[in-house]
Amino acid sequence: MIYVYIAVMAIVTYLIRMIPLTAFRKKIKNKYIKSFLYYVPYTCLTAMTLPAVFYATGSLLSAAAGMVVAVVLALKERGLVAVAAGACVTVFVAEWLVHILA
Amino acid sequence: MEKNILINGEFKKGLKDGVPIALGYLSVSFSVGIMAVSGGLSVFQGALMSLTNVTSAGQFAGIQIIAAGGTILELILTQFIINLRYALMSLSLSQKLSEGMTLWQRLVVAFANTDEIFAVAMGHAKSLTFPYMAGLQILPILGWTLGTILGAVAGGILPKPLGNALSVALYGMFVAVVVPVAKKARPVLFVVILAAALSCVIYYVPIFSGISAGMSIIICTAVAAALGAVLFPVREEAQP
Repeated sequence: MIYVYIAVMAIVTYLIRMIPLTAFRKKIKNKYIKSFLYYVPYTCLTAMTLPAVFYATGSLLSAAAGMVVAVVLALKERGLVAVAAGACVTVFVAEWLVHILA
Repeated sequence: MEKNILINGEFKKGLKDGVPIALGYLSVSFSVGIMAVSGGLSVFQGALMSLTNVTSAGQFAGIQIIAAGGTILELILTQFIINLRYALMSLSLSQKLSEGMTLWQRLVVAFANTDEIFAVAMGHAKSLTFPYMAGLQILPILGWTLGTILGAVAGGILPKPLGNALSVALYGMFVAVVVPVAKKARPVLFVVILAAALSCVIYYVPIFSGISAGMSIIICTAVAAALGAVLFPVREEAQP
């Protein structure tokens, strides 16, 4: 059953990428559709991150610390990998601190 | 003969441009692998998903739905909404492909049009040839799949604190994509805050407890983006 889910995901994702690349040669004119498509990545990534990230680690505290560091690094416009790594290291250190202090 | 050398050069340039993306994917997809296994997938299934999808956000949501025993319809809707941005990217990309590119070549190039590959392709100075695009995509696809396998295998044997730490890598990547843009563009900041607020309301307010994780992502993404589009339609130059 999981294979059906994987296949469905792959097909839907491929069609979304493939159809505009092959069928539509003209640009979208409607400014509302364009705007909607422009905002989608940001709203989607945010909705997936919050509040789920707070329950992804061993404790609320370590997850929150990781998020704060990620946001600070992102504000400084460090790259993708640096921000992700910063969040990971912070969570690791925070959990270790919580462990020895508790 | 001369044409072959030219094609080789384009392919090599693509490969080279793909190296940093592949390295980034290798580390980030590690957490996709961990998540896949904890969501009930086997190592092979996780690898297969990464190889055939090559999309962080979509796979992330897909694993959540599989883990929660969601329906196929829910899965299709989620994948559609979350990956809708690729339609826009493919549309932009189609304007930059070299004239000689055949339908078959377009069908291949479409496969791994990810956020990062799209970004590098659009930053490329010349029009995009098939050898260049093929070279650009190969290493990131391999990196993404290999990282997933490593994460899926090591996820089980990793000490718990290390596993916990790595599981936030994807969220960190999402933050890295959203925050710099939200900092510069007020309308983006607005839709981001709105999406976060909606998501928290659905998560914490008991009346909405019947709404699944996948549905919540769809609702928050669509409502916040639609409201943003109505209130702050973007100007031409703001388009990626």
